[in-house]
Amino acid sequence: MLMLELDISPTKQALPAAVKRKQKRVSEHKMEISQQTRWMLAVRDRRDKKAFSELFDFYAPRLKGFVNRSGVSSQQAEEIVQEVMLTIWRKAEMFDPHRAQVSAWIYQIARNRQIDMMRKENRPVPEELSIEQSDEPDVGQVVALEQETEKLRQALENLNEEQKTMIEKAYLGELTHQEISTQTGLPMGTVKSRIRLGLERLRHELKGLR
Amino acid sequence: MTVITHHIPDHILAAYAAGNLPHAFAIVVASHVSLCDECRVALEAHQTVGGAVMEGADSVAVSNALKDNLFAQLDEPFTPQPVFERKGVYPGPVVEALKGKEPRWKKLGMGVRQDILAANDQGSVRLLYIPPGQAVPDHGHNGLELTLVLQGSFSDQTGRFGTGDVEVATEDLDHTPIADEGEPCICLAATDAPLRFNAWVPRLLQPIFRI
Ligand SMILES: [Zn+2]
Repeated sequence: MLMLELDISPTKQALPAAVKRKQKRVSEHKMEISQQTRWMLAVRDRRDKKAFSELFDFYAPRLKGFVNRSGVSSQQAEEIVQEVMLTIWRKAEMFDPHRAQVSAWIYQIARNRQIDMMRKENRPVPEELSIEQSDEPDVGQVVALEQETEKLRQALENLNEEQKTMIEKAYLGELTHQEISTQTGLPMGTVKSRIRLGLERLRHELKGLR
Repeated sequence: MTVITHHIPDHILAAYAAGNLPHAFAIVVASHVSLCDECRVALEAHQTVGGAVMEGADSVAVSNALKDNLFAQLDEPFTPQPVFERKGVYPGPVVEALKGKEPRWKKLGMGVRQDILAANDQGSVRLLYIPPGQAVPDHGHNGLELTLVLQGSFSDQTGRFGTGDVEVATEDLDHTPIADEGEPCICLAATDAPLRFNAWVPRLLQPIFRI
């Protein structure tokens, strides 16, 4: 059993200098939405093909690298990447930067598409929340979510190799739920703080809708 | 709606996010998340971790043809996948499993009814209809069982489960859920092993009745 409570608060953890510099850089540009999110919003709101091309160049090779790790052939991996990118284009209006990072949104689409294609069955998905999309994103909220994700990414980077491998396997869908509960060192502390923050955000958005 | 107090455990949500939960359980998770903000947010947190792992993966170059093919398709018309909305007490994923129709109840005796939505070698998922005060006879199970209450409530040795609650039972739990007084209890129950309704059907008949 390898349960792990990750503490990501910088005061308690000695971070390498490079990471510290990076954190500073992030906070200096506090109110700036990431490039990836801006591309995605341009695709969503203006059907901007140039932005979609940028999005493709950034995510397609990462997606292929990720899909490759689940042991599919190179040709299958390309098929999945193409399907995922097409789904991103077609379902762009579902993207909500207040609730999901571009990478999280793409991850979910990628897992759904891969399962649909490999198992030939549609994966059951939850009802979508019907939240009115405003054209102008709440920058503070979007950036807060991005910063939270950046902290999470750093926390993942700081894991030892064995833990990293387990997390990777878990989110590639290579571990059963039993294995996840007994073997992996999921960064529970981080996940839970995200859960709390996210919930507050969601409740705030749902206010007045119910 | 009553306050949901029994949720999907974290490791099951993570397996669902990663797409490695048997179909029967995935229907229960998707249904509960449709009803529960807390688990929706927890699921989104797992998707965020997954996204971070994906983004950190080593890049592998894609062929030029891929991008050309993709961009050639952008303006093509397409049929969106059908969206199944909530119908009465049934969340979207259940409506999808019912193919948009009403449940086709089969009598099990004592007023209890079931409709098997899906079954394969990885498990099965069914709707159960239990009249108030009626016990679902003691049914042990080999593996995991998830039971989501869609209407009414039931109680067993481990507590009370109201609408939206999900009971997680593992093999060491030999429990007897009893529907509470009030309206009939309707549940969505998934298991990764054939249920053993000890009191009702001789074990030998189980493969025939798929219970
Ligand atoms: Zn819940």
